[in-house]
Amino acid sequence: MSSLYQQRKNVIILVMIVFMAVYIIRLFYLQVIDDSYKDDAMRNALREVIVHPPRGLIYDRNDSLLVFNEAAYDLMVVPKELHDFDTVDLCNTLDITKEELLKRLDKARKYSPLLPSVFEQQMSKEDYGYLQEKLYKFPGFFVQNRTLRSYPSAIAAHILGYVGEINDAQLKKDSYYQMGDYIGISGIEKSYEEELRGVKGRRMVLVDVHSRVQGSYKNGEEDIVARQGSNLWCTIDAQLQKYGEKLMANKRGSIVAIEPSTGEILCIVSTPSYDPNLLVGKQRSKNYTALLHDSVNVPLFNRALKAIYPPGSTFKLANGLIAQQEKVLNRNTIYNCGGGYRIGSHVIGCHHSGPTDLIAAVRSSCNTYFCRAFYNTVSNCRTIQEGYQIWKNHINQLGFGQCFNTDLPYESKGIIPSVEYFNRKYNGSWNGNTIVSMGIGQGEVCSTPLQMANLLAIIANRGYYYKPHVVKAIGSKNNPNRRYAQKIDAGINSEYFEPIIEGMKLAITSGTARAAAIEGIEMVGKTGTAQNPHGNDHSVFACFGPADNPQIAVFVLVENAGWGGTVAAPIASLIVEYYINREIKRTEVEKRILELSIK
Amino acid sequence: MLTEKKQILSKGFDTYLIVIYVLLVIIGWFTIYSSSYDANDSFSLFNTDKAYSRQFIWILVSMALAVVLLLIDGRIYQNYAQYIYYACVLLIVSVLFFGTEISGAKAWIKIGSFSIQPIEFAKFATALMLAKFFCEGKTTSEKKNIWLFSFIIILVPAAIAILQKDTGSALVFFSFIILFYREGMNENVVLFGASLILVFVLTICLNELYTIAIITVGFIVAWIINRNQKKKIIRNILVYVLLIGFVFAVNFAYNSILQSHQRQRIDTILGQSIDPKGADFNLNQSKIAIGSGGFFGKGYLNGTQTKLNFVPEQSTDFIFCGIGEEWGFVGSLVIIALFMALIIRIIILSERHRNVFTRIYGYGVASIIFFHLLINIGMTIGLVPVIGIPLPYISYGGSSILGFTILLFVFIKLNDA
Ligand SMILES: [Zn+2]
Repeated sequence: MSSLYQQRKNVIILVMIVFMAVYIIRLFYLQVIDDSYKDDAMRNALREVIVHPPRGLIYDRNDSLLVFNEAAYDLMVVPKELHDFDTVDLCNTLDITKEELLKRLDKARKYSPLLPSVFEQQMSKEDYGYLQEKLYKFPGFFVQNRTLRSYPSAIAAHILGYVGEINDAQLKKDSYYQMGDYIGISGIEKSYEEELRGVKGRRMVLVDVHSRVQGSYKNGEEDIVARQGSNLWCTIDAQLQKYGEKLMANKRGSIVAIEPSTGEILCIVSTPSYDPNLLVGKQRSKNYTALLHDSVNVPLFNRALKAIYPPGSTFKLANGLIAQQEKVLNRNTIYNCGGGYRIGSHVIGCHHSGPTDLIAAVRSSCNTYFCRAFYNTVSNCRTIQEGYQIWKNHINQLGFGQCFNTDLPYESKGIIPSVEYFNRKYNGSWNGNTIVSMGIGQGEVCSTPLQMANLLAIIANRGYYYKPHVVKAIGSKNNPNRRYAQKIDAGINSEYFEPIIEGMKLAITSGTARAAAIEGIEMVGKTGTAQNPHGNDHSVFACFGPADNPQIAVFVLVENAGWGGTVAAPIASLIVEYYINREIKRTEVEKRILELSIK
Repeated sequence: MLTEKKQILSKGFDTYLIVIYVLLVIIGWFTIYSSSYDANDSFSLFNTDKAYSRQFIWILVSMALAVVLLLIDGRIYQNYAQYIYYACVLLIVSVLFFGTEISGAKAWIKIGSFSIQPIEFAKFATALMLAKFFCEGKTTSEKKNIWLFSFIIILVPAAIAILQKDTGSALVFFSFIILFYREGMNENVVLFGASLILVFVLTICLNELYTIAIITVGFIVAWIINRNQKKKIIRNILVYVLLIGFVFAVNFAYNSILQSHQRQRIDTILGQSIDPKGADFNLNQSKIAIGSGGFFGKGYLNGTQTKLNFVPEQSTDFIFCGIGEEWGFVGSLVIIALFMALIIRIIILSERHRNVFTRIYGYGVASIIFFHLLINIGMTIGLVPVIGIPLPYISYGGSSILGFTILLFVFIKLNDA
């Protein structure tokens, strides 16, 4: 029997060898030829953990902290690593519905099956602690440390801005970011995003099949250390800002205060405002929507930069300067005010009368004088077009009708109409009288509070300015922000400022602006009334002080508060007093303002 | 006297087999150590919490047992083969009642902190029983129905294994078909067996109707080609009916008897699974581990896939992944070469041996080891369904290493006689 089938031994051995040869070929293919398994293995076991550096801190000009970081935790998910898990348990832990859970997973999958996406944002320390215990039950999920912005004194919301999750469009534009990253959306957070964000780090870690981190890869050789964002020192004086916001409570309007010698913005208030802490954390989008839809208060709207108003009487200062520069008048030029400026049958009234020189015209804000000055300025050439263009060039040089394009978010240009505009409007047939109301800051001209504050800075400097900006130093206090260090000539000779300043001083001591007088500080100021076709006029006041060593130029506009002397002037002077003296002696004035509420 | 005795002990024992055995066991232990390696833990050979130290104890026990097996009289195996077989059958039956269930299979007996899987010893007992059955005088009915009786010998433990829900071990008993073939079973029967496997795969991959259609077409084509040979027509019709019957049996078994995880495993290997995170996750991870090893491997203790638990059962059924990952293609080749050397050496020694009992037993040993090798490595590289059986001498597990040690050293002893 045995010998009969002995040749079968060879068949058996041969078949066995054929099988093993197939295996060896297969192994050769898997291990040597096909590289995809090596990539899969890397993807399997290596996890790139992005280390988000803390954002830079923001200080005010006196080193008091305006913005800092608080720890928060994001629950991340890598869709491809999900295994079956107890969805009910996860829903309960996070307090979300099953539909919400599926929706989020779907969104994450759409973004990328392999890259981590944020599943639950900004969990508090307590929530994180609770979840961490259970995290092993939810393979594919992990927690990433984050920092959230926090605003200890809750001021300057508009200027500081806020950060939020990056949107799809931004994500496409800049490869630095990943879905779920935070980016500055407005204010300093936006304009200094690159400085504040720092440089992301990377940690390569080994994870097991349950996505639990098992240790670092190659002892961290391939890790990249995250670099914290640069700290910023802004030009804002936090105490002044706070005080300004306090004064403006229950009023609408804005305060802009500039240090004339540098263009640094000392405070910039826009009310109604909001608490910047509302736009942080889990409630952010809910709060944001509420703020966005508040059509009564429009709290997200930064009036100081974006609202445009007819500048009113304060604009006369600019016209007085231009008229002198164009030599249509000098400090001794006297116009007789007959109680108004007459154009045919139409009269632009003036509340005063009598022969008036430039100083007196500024002091009493004479409409007749400035209408005539403006008429003479624009009519000084062969054609009105040429004359108007010269005036427009001057007014642009004084900062109107254009943006400063500094680190301030979303400025408005205001309105200084072009020659073409008037040609079109009047079919080419117009003259100085057609547009003469611009001479007293009415008609087509509109400006922002920032532009008006800048005009005051120019006057304080007697002829030049630095672009208004809010960041003083980057990285270290000894590293000044030089982007806006260029001195800009306003195109007006310095001697022409003297009669204007003289008139403004008189306005404080004996004219329209007596409410702005401060004992011990020689103030220079001008009231104004911005015409409001929708209701009560806006109360306007522009000033700087002290006269011979200007430290602060202030512009205040309070909507619907009527004449400038009553509300805007005391507020502006309180700002100056507080900034220079750090205390308020005129407590009666302060009390009146604080109690005043204008709807 | 003493020197003479020593000569008897050492001269005849096949050193090749012993050396390969020792090599495989050592490789196995180092691989188990690697797959349970944790840089933070202290090393201890006698801490029974650790898989590698438990395995170390089993290796010591196995080697001691090997020496004992070489020392005792080899004739007892032939004399007592049937008793050993009956005892083992009784033992595995008793497991059905008194056993402990571990990962779905009620196939274990717990002794202290160690678990024993008696089916591993049944493989040895069945090989002995078959050897005895083939080489000794038979009754007339036994002679007439020699294959029926041989099948009964393997079907009894296989059936019990299925009852224990240990499908993998049950399949191992069918590896004795290699032995049957060597002992004269008709090629057609072996071919019939192969076509059964094909029908099985088709039934699950396609469905029963397509499979029946394919079988029918196949038979019509075969009939057209061989239409002159009329005498085999009845036999062919019988085979056809049997195959169709098998289709329905498989269909029924697949849908009604198999547990869902087994069904999934079969689906996966046959490319039927659509759920990427389901059953083929394990197989995929296994392929990733082996595939990422490259030509020379990642180096000992540097495997990431096995170490980070991506691979399931990484020290038992999927231990080959650790070798593939850390030692690469070279390592895989060495393992296959060692096994093939072992198996072919056993076959050659068996053929050379004048004692029929030893020869048949040797074929039994070779069949079992080859089948384990075929299934175990095949499943890790995705060529055969995921069936949980260990890689001999290498996989973690006391019963496995003890069973395979007995299997081999009884052969070494018999071969020496
Ligand atoms: Zn007048």
